[in-house]
Amino acid sequence: MIFLSRSKTLSTPTNHPMIINSLTRTIAVVCSVTFLGMVAYAQDKPIKKGLKFTAIPKNINNPYMVIQSGGAMDACKELGIEGKVVGPSETGASAQVPYINTAITQHQNAILIAANDPNALVPYLKKAIGQKITVVTLDSDTLPEGRNVFINQASAEGIGQSLVQTLARQIGSSGDFAILSATPNATNQNTWIKYMQEELKKPEYKDMKLVKIAYGNDEDQKSFTETQGLLQAYPSLKGIISPTSVGIAAAARYISTSPYKGKVALTGLGTPNQLREFVKDGTIKEFELWNPSDVGYLAAYAAAQIASGNIQGKEGETFAAGKLGTRTVGKDGVVLLGPPTVFNADNIDKFNF
Amino acid sequence: MTKELKSSADGHGWMNAFVRSRVGSLVLLIAVLTVLTTALNPRFVSPQSLKDLMLNVSIIALLVLGQTVIILMRQIDLSISSIVGITAFLSGTLFINYPGIPSVAVVLIAVLAGLVLGTVNAALIAWGRIPALITTLGTLYIFRGANYAWVHGRQVNAVNVPGSFLAIGTSTFVGIPLLTWIVLILLVIFAIGLRQYRVGREFYAIGSNPTAAVLAGINVSRRLATGFIVSGAIAGLAGALWLARFGTVDATAAEGIELTVITSTVVGGVAITGGVGTVVGAVLGALLLSVFSSTLVFLRVPSFWQQSFQGAMLLLAIAADAYLAYRHALRSRVKWSHV
Amino acid sequence: MSQSQPSTRRLARRVSWETILALLLLIAVAGGTFLNKDFLTSDNWANLLANFVEIALMALPLSLIVITNDIDLSVASMLGLSSSLLGLLWEYKLAMPLAILICLVVGALCGAFNGFMIVRFRLPSLAVTIGTLALFRGFAYIILGDKAIADFPPEYTGFGIGVIPYTFIPMPFVLFIVLALIFWVVLHHTTIGRSLYAVGGNQTAARFSGVNISRLKMLLFILSGVISALAGIVFTFRFSSSRADNGTGFELSAIAAVFLGGVTVQGGKGTVTGVVLSLLLIGVINNVLTLADVASEILRIVTGSLLIISILLPNLIASTRERLRLMQRQKEIAKLGTASVAK
Repeated sequence: MIFLSRSKTLSTPTNHPMIINSLTRTIAVVCSVTFLGMVAYAQDKPIKKGLKFTAIPKNINNPYMVIQSGGAMDACKELGIEGKVVGPSETGASAQVPYINTAITQHQNAILIAANDPNALVPYLKKAIGQKITVVTLDSDTLPEGRNVFINQASAEGIGQSLVQTLARQIGSSGDFAILSATPNATNQNTWIKYMQEELKKPEYKDMKLVKIAYGNDEDQKSFTETQGLLQAYPSLKGIISPTSVGIAAAARYISTSPYKGKVALTGLGTPNQLREFVKDGTIKEFELWNPSDVGYLAAYAAAQIASGNIQGKEGETFAAGKLGTRTVGKDGVVLLGPPTVFNADNIDKFNF
Repeated sequence: MTKELKSSADGHGWMNAFVRSRVGSLVLLIAVLTVLTTALNPRFVSPQSLKDLMLNVSIIALLVLGQTVIILMRQIDLSISSIVGITAFLSGTLFINYPGIPSVAVVLIAVLAGLVLGTVNAALIAWGRIPALITTLGTLYIFRGANYAWVHGRQVNAVNVPGSFLAIGTSTFVGIPLLTWIVLILLVIFAIGLRQYRVGREFYAIGSNPTAAVLAGINVSRRLATGFIVSGAIAGLAGALWLARFGTVDATAAEGIELTVITSTVVGGVAITGGVGTVVGAVLGALLLSVFSSTLVFLRVPSFWQQSFQGAMLLLAIAADAYLAYRHALRSRVKWSHV
Repeated sequence: MSQSQPSTRRLARRVSWETILALLLLIAVAGGTFLNKDFLTSDNWANLLANFVEIALMALPLSLIVITNDIDLSVASMLGLSSSLLGLLWEYKLAMPLAILICLVVGALCGAFNGFMIVRFRLPSLAVTIGTLALFRGFAYIILGDKAIADFPPEYTGFGIGVIPYTFIPMPFVLFIVLALIFWVVLHHTTIGRSLYAVGGNQTAARFSGVNISRLKMLLFILSGVISALAGIVFTFRFSSSRADNGTGFELSAIAAVFLGGVTVQGGKGTVTGVVLSLLLIGVINNVLTLADVASEILRIVTGSLLIISILLPNLIASTRERLRLMQRQKEIAKLGTASVAK
C-alpha cells in the first residue's frame, strides 16, 4: 500500500505549477524507481528459502488425489520447497491425524490437506497453526478455525447449479434422477449436493425429482454395483448425476454395456481421459471438471506465500501463484480456482488428464 | 464330531439327508425371494438384471469354491481379497505393458501368481505350523500392503484392456454370461472332485477329526498345503475375471470381499467347524446372499440396512445349522459335543 | 508357545515371550531415537500413546476371550455403534453422562448377544462374531446414516485430546493403564483368572473342576461389549466426530496385537503384560516409520510380518531343538550299541 502513497507524491509535482529543476527531477527519478521497485516487489515477494511442506491427500491410493498432489509437488519444485506426499490408505475420520501429528513433530512449515472429515481434524490442525505451521485445505474443507485458507476448485454453489442445469438440458427438465456420490461424509460432496437441492427448488425444475442418493464410497466396484441398483430399483430413472470421478467412470462403464445406454443420461465430475470413450460412444453427453493438478499447485503457492509472511490469508489479500497468475483470497479464507470446464464431444480430445 | 466320519464312509444315511435338506432349503429360499420381489418389481427378472445378478455372484461363487475346501478342513483363508487385488492389477498391467498379449496368457499368469501367493500361505501353515487364522490374517495385511505399494495411486482403466477380454464379462452364451460359464464348469469339477475322489474325501476327514485323519494315514500337511495353494490359484483366476467384469482396477480392488465369501460359504451349509458341507451348497449360499441384496435394492430398502441384513443372515444360518445338527444327533442317539 | 517340548520349556523359562517383546521394544525405541531427533519429544510420545488407545482398550478383553479359546471379531463394530449412538443421543440433547451410560449399556447388550449365541446356542465364536461384525456395524449405519455429529462439549473433547498436566501422557491412555492393571490383577492373581487359563487349556477338565464355563464366557463377552463401547466413546471425544464408519477395520489390529502379545490361538496361554508390550511395540514401530515418512502400506506389511514371525520363530526354534535332541539321542544309542558289541 506504500506505493499508492508514493504515486500520490509522484503525481503532486506535475499538478503544482513548479519549475522542474534538477532537484525535482532527481526526486522524480528516485520516486519512480522506488515505485517500480515496490510494484515489482509486490508481484514477486520472495518465498522464504528452505521451506518444508507436507501434502496429505484424502487417501494415498486415490488416482484423483495423485494428480492433485502432483500439482502441489510441481509448485514446490518451482519454488525450491522440499515437499512430500504422505497419507492414509483409508478415508476414516481419524486416519489422517497421525500424519498431521508427524508433520508437526517434523517441524514442517506448511500442511496441505484434503480433509476426510470437517471436524475431527480441527483440534490437531489448530495445534499445527499454534506451532506456526501454515495449514491450507484443498478439495475438501474443515471448519475455518482449522486452516488459514481453503482452495476451492470452483464455487460449490456454481458446481451444484451447473450440474443440475446440465442434466436438465439432457432430460428435458423433467423426470426422476439420482445422485451417485462418494463417501457419505465427504464435505465437498455434501456441500455440492446441498446446492443441487437448492437449485432444484427453482420453478423451472418442478418436474424433476431427486429419488435417491447412492454412495459408491469412491470405490470402483461399489460405484458400479450401486449404479446397477439404481437402475433396477427405479425403472423410471431418467438421469444420474455423479459428482465424483470414480463414480462417474464406473457408472459410465456399466451403462455403456447395458440397454440403458442413451436412455439414461449421465453427467457429473470426471476426468477426460477416463471418460473419453464414453463421450464418443454416446453414454455421456457432457460432464465437467477442473484440472486437479491446478488445485494442488495453487494450494502450494498459497501456503508458500503465507509461510513466507507475504499474506495472512485474510479476505481481499492478493498473492502471486506462478503460472496461475495473481489470486485473491475471498470470504472466510476461500480461494477459488475458477469456473469448471465443460467437456463434451467437441473438445474432449484437447485435454490429457 | 465323529458322526461325520461314520457316515462319510458309506455315503448314505443322515449326512446326505442333512446336506440335501440344506441345499433344498437354499433353493426354496431363493425361489421364494425371487417370486416375492418379481411380484413387487417385475424388472427383477428382466434379462439385464438377471445378467447383472449372475455376473455379481460369479466372482464370489468362484472364491467360495476355494474357501469351501479350506473351511471343510477346519481352516480359514482371509487373504483371498488381497490375492484378488494383486492379480487383478497384474492382469491389467500385463495388457498395458504387453499390448497384443493373448487373454489366455494373462489368465494363466494370474492363476500362477495366485498359486505362488497361496503357496506362501501353505508353507506357513503346513510347514511353519502357524494356525491358519493368524497366517492368513498376516498375509491379508502383507499382500494388501504390497499391492498398495505396487499400485500406488495408479489404476487400470477399461480403455487399457482389449475388448475381447472385457467381453468375458459382458457377452453371453445361451443367455448366461461367459464369466458365469467359467465358474459353473469349475463348480462341477470341484463338486465331483470332493465327492468321488479320495483327495476330496480326505478334505472332509481332516476337518471332521484331524487326529483320526492322521491315524488313518492321511498326509494332513500335504492336504492342507494343497488346499491353500488351490485357494490361492482360484483367487488368482478371480482377479483376472475381476478385471474382465469391472474394467477398472485400483489399489482397493476386492478389499473386504473375504467376509462376504466366508458368509456365503457358511450360509451355504459348510460348517465353520469343518467336515460338513458341499460346494454346491456354498455356491447356492453365495447366490442367496446376492439375491437377497438385490431384493433389498429392488424394494428400495435404504442401503444402510444392507450390512445388518447380511450379518443377520449369517447368524440365522449358523443357528439353523447347529439346530439341525442337534436334532439329527438326538435322533441318531450319537453323542453331540460342542466343538 | 505352541507344542512345548521339555527343552523349549527350559528355554521358555529362561527367556519368556514377554522378555523378547520388551527387548524388541527397546530396539524399536533405540532405532527411533537414532533415526529421528524428534522421536523422544514429549509431543511425539503423547501422539504415539494416544494413537492406539482404542485398539489397546479393545485388546484387553479380547485377550481374555482368546485365552479361553474363543474370539470376538465384532469389537470394532461395537465401537462404531457406540460412537454413532453417542452422537445421536447428543443430537437429541440428552445429558452427556446419561448418554455415555446408555452407550455402555448398549455395549453390554451387544456383548450379551454375542455371549448368548456362543454360550447358550453353542455356536462357533468365529462365525458368530463375523455375523455380529456386520450386524452391529449395520446398526451404526442405520442409526446415523450419512450424518456426522460434531459439536461435542469441550469438557469431554478436552479429555479426549488432553494430557495429564506437566506430562506427555494422554488422558485416555491413563484410562487404558488403569484397566490394564485391573485386568492384570484379575488374570494373574485371582481364581477367576486361573479358571480362564483352565478353560482355554482343557475345557472338559475345567468343567469337571467346577468352573462355571457358561457364566465365565458370558461375562467375558459382555465385558468385551462394554469396553468396546467405552473405546467408541473415547474415539468420539478424541476426534469430536461421531460417524457410522468410525473404527472400521480396528478389529484386525486388535487381534494382531493380542496374538503378537503371546496369546495363542489354541488358548490357555498368554499374559496381560505381553499384550500391553505388543501394543506398545506396534505403536512405536508405526510411529517410527511414520516419522521416517515410510508409506502407510509398509506399515501394513510390517504389522502382518510381525504377526507371522511372532509364531513362526518359536515354532522353528522348537522344531530345531527337537531335531537336535533326536540327533543327540541317536548318537547316544549308537554309542551304547557299539559299546555293548565291543564287549
